[in-house]
Amino acid sequence: MIEQKRMSTTSLEALFQRYKTAGWWILAPRAEGDITTFGEVDSPGDVAAGLIQTTLSPKSAVLPIWEELFRFRRGESGIEVVEAAESSVPTIIFGLRPCDARAFAALDAVFTWDSQDEPYLARRNKVAFVSIACNQADDYCFCTSTGGGPGDTAGSDLLLTGVGDEYLVEVVTERGVELAGIAGELFGPAEGMDKAAHLASVPVRFDLDRLRQVLPKTFDREELWIDQSLRCLGCGACAYVCPTCVCFDIQDEATRHGGARVRCWDSCGFSLFTLHTSGHNPREVQSHRWRQRVMHKFAYMPERLQVLGCVGCGRCSRACPVDMNLAEHLAVIAESGE
Amino acid sequence: MTGLQDAARDLLQSGEAAVVIGFGGGSAGGARPLMVRDPTSVGDLIFDDRCVHNLAVYLLKPEVKSLGKPAIVGTQAVLRSILQLASEQQVKDRDVIALIPEADGGVRRLETLGEIEGAVSKPDAVLSPEEQNCLDEIASLSREERWRFWQEEFSRCLKCYACRAACPMCYCSQCIVEVNQPQWIPVPAHPLGNMGWHLVRAMHLAGRCVNCGECARACPVDIPLNLLNQVIEKEVAEQFGGKAGLSATASYALSTFTTDDKDTFIR
Amino acid sequence: MAEFEPKVTAFVCTWCTYAGADLTGTSRIKYASNVRVLRVPCTGRIDFMYVLQAFTQGADGIIISGCHPADCHYTSGNYHARRRWIVLRALLDFVGVDTRRIHFAWVSAAEGAKWADLVNSVVSNVRELGPYDEYRQTIPAHIRPGGIAV
Ligand code: SF4
Ligand code: SF4
Ligand code: SF4
Ligand code: SF4
Repeated sequence: MIEQKRMSTTSLEALFQRYKTAGWWILAPRAEGDITTFGEVDSPGDVAAGLIQTTLSPKSAVLPIWEELFRFRRGESGIEVVEAAESSVPTIIFGLRPCDARAFAALDAVFTWDSQDEPYLARRNKVAFVSIACNQADDYCFCTSTGGGPGDTAGSDLLLTGVGDEYLVEVVTERGVELAGIAGELFGPAEGMDKAAHLASVPVRFDLDRLRQVLPKTFDREELWIDQSLRCLGCGACAYVCPTCVCFDIQDEATRHGGARVRCWDSCGFSLFTLHTSGHNPREVQSHRWRQRVMHKFAYMPERLQVLGCVGCGRCSRACPVDMNLAEHLAVIAESGE
Repeated sequence: MTGLQDAARDLLQSGEAAVVIGFGGGSAGGARPLMVRDPTSVGDLIFDDRCVHNLAVYLLKPEVKSLGKPAIVGTQAVLRSILQLASEQQVKDRDVIALIPEADGGVRRLETLGEIEGAVSKPDAVLSPEEQNCLDEIASLSREERWRFWQEEFSRCLKCYACRAACPMCYCSQCIVEVNQPQWIPVPAHPLGNMGWHLVRAMHLAGRCVNCGECARACPVDIPLNLLNQVIEKEVAEQFGGKAGLSATASYALSTFTTDDKDTFIR
Repeated sequence: MAEFEPKVTAFVCTWCTYAGADLTGTSRIKYASNVRVLRVPCTGRIDFMYVLQAFTQGADGIIISGCHPADCHYTSGNYHARRRWIVLRALLDFVGVDTRRIHFAWVSAAEGAKWADLVNSVVSNVRELGPYDEYRQTIPAHIRPGGIAV
C-alpha cells in the first residue's frame, strides 16, 4: 500500500536542505542553453522549471557516457592493474518523470541478468528517485502505450504530483519511507487531494499486446523495415538520449606508461556497430539496424528479461534529426497484421 | 505543391526516377525527409518553410543509392551540395534530377549539372550578415574566453555523430575517428576526445562545406558546430578565393595552391 | 619548484630542415636542448593531427619546418602544406587554442644558423608563456603526460 502525504511547494527548499545535510547529492533537470540535462543542484531554484521532458535522460547517473573500469601501468614487476576507485556518492535524482523512473528497471535487467556489473551497481545502489508526475505532455510522449503513465509510481521512491500549490507525495518504496522520514515534519495528511485531475492526458498510440504479438513475426518483412528506415541517417542521437539504451563500447586508452580500460556509450544504429574484423557485417543495411532497435526493445528484452526496453519518454523522436517517430512506426507495425 | 507532386508522379511513372527524395509532413507540425517510390504516394510530398533539411545527404547513402536514379527536391543547399559532390567525383552528370519548386506552384526540372550550376544562386559574401555577426562576436572575445566558450560547448558533445551523419559532405566509408591503429581521436566523450572530434571534423570539411547548417540542426545538444566550418570557409574564400558548392568542376581549395599564398606567419 | 623547462616538438622535413639541423650540429652551433625533432618525408606529410598529438603528449610548443617555397624535394608538398596551415591557424585561433605556441618556418639544408636561432627563440618564447596547462586539462588523468596517477 502506497502511503500518501501532502507537502507545500514552498517546503521544497527545506526538503533539499534536509537531504543535503543527510549527505545526499541532488541531481535535477538544469537548463544548459536551450537544452536540459540532469546536473547537481543546490536548491529548488536551480531546477529547470516548466519542462515536459529533459533533453538528456538521467541514465548517466548510473551509466556515465564514459567511465574508467580500471587503470593499468608498467610497474617494477610487469603490468600492474588497479581497479577504479569507487567514487559514487548517495544521490537523489529529483524531478525526473515517471517514465524515466521506470527506465531504471530496464537498465537493471541488462546489468544483472548474467553477471553483476559492479561499476554499474556501485552507482545504482546509491541512487534514489524523487519523481514528479506530469501535468503536461507533448506529441512525442507515449508512456501510456508502454505500460506507464503520467502519474505512474513504478520505479520512484517518492512521487510528487503538483496539486495547486501543494504536492501530493506518494511514498512508494522502503527507501521512500526513509526519504520521507528525513523530513517528516514537512508532510501532512493527504486527504482530499485528487491526483488524477492533475495529470496530463497522454493518448495511447498503439496496442502494446498487439504489437508484441505481431512484432516477432515481422523479422523477414524486409519491405516493412526498409519503408520505415529509408530516411534514418544511422547516427547515435536516438540511443544517446534514450534512458534505457545500454549498448557500450570498450576501449583501451593508453600512453606507453599505462592507461585505462574505458567503457563508452555506443549505438546499434551505427553501421560499424556490428562490423566484424573479417569485413562481414551481419546488419549491413540501415533497415536491419532499425529493425534491431525496435526488436531489441519490444521483442527481445521482454522475451528474455521480462521488461520492455522502452518507457515511451519520446526523447529519441524529439532528438532525431530526420523525425523518425518511434511511436508512429510502432503503431504501423502493430496494425500491419501478422 | 501540386506542381511538385505532378512532376514526381511523372518521373516515377515514366521510370525516369526510381525514388523522389522530398519532404513530407512530420511530428508536431514539422516537416521530415520523405522518400517516395510509389507514384500513388506523391500526394504526401509537401514543400514550404518547414522544409529545411539538406536532403542531399541521402544521395550517397547506400540504401538510397541501391533504389536507382533519384530525383530530389532542390533547395539552394541541396543544389550546392550536389555541385560540391560532383566536384569531388561523388555524383556524375545526370545522376540525379533536381526538382525546384517555384513560387507560383510550378516546378523547374534540372537534369544536368550544368543546369544546376545555372540555378544555384551566387551570393557575393560567403556568410550572411547574421552569420558574420555571430562570428565577429566570438572573435571579439579574448583568446582565453574563446577557449572557455568552446570547451563549454564541446563539453556537451555526446559523440553521437549525428552531425556527421547529417552532413552530405561527410561521406567517408571509414571516418578518421574510427581509425584505431593508431587511434588519432580518442573515442570517449571526454574533453580531449570531444575537442579532437570537432577540430578534425572542421578540418576535413575545410573548403568543402556548403554552409547548409544541417550539422548544427542535427545536434541533439545544440552545439553551434557549423560556426567552425564558417570560419574556415571565410578564410578559404579570403585567402584562396572561391566557395564550395558553386561549381561542379572546381578543384578543391586544399589540393591546389598558388606560389604566392600568404606566408607572413612563416619565418 | 624547479624552473619550467619547455618541451618543444619539431616536425621537420627530411630534405631541408632536418639536414639544416644536422648542419647546425656539425657546425658546432649550440642551441636549446628543449626541442625533440621528428623527421617526416615532407611538410606535406604533416597532418594537423600531429599538432594535436604533440600537445596531448606534453608539448608546450611546436615547430613545423621544411623547405623554402620552390625548393620542395617533391616539388609542391610545402605549398600544399602552407594552405593547410593557413586554414588550421584560423580554426585553432577561433576555438582559442594558443597559436603563439605553434611556429612555422622554412629552414633549408644550408641554414644551420637559422635553425639554431629558430629553436632558441621558440624555446624562450614558450618559456615565457609557461607550460600549456590549459590544453593539458582536457586530457583525462589516465593518459595525461608525465606518467599516470594510479
Ligand atoms: S526508445 Fe525512445 S521513447 Fe523509448 S525509452 Fe528510449 S528514448 Fe524514450
Ligand atoms: S532514428 Fe534518427 S536519431 Fe536514430 S539513428 Fe536514425 S536518424 Fe539517428
Ligand atoms: S554546414 Fe555542416 S552539414 Fe552542411 S556541409 Fe557544412 S559541415 Fe556539412
Ligand atoms: S551531433 Fe552534437 S552531440 Fe552529436 S557528435 Fe555531433 S556535436 Fe557531438
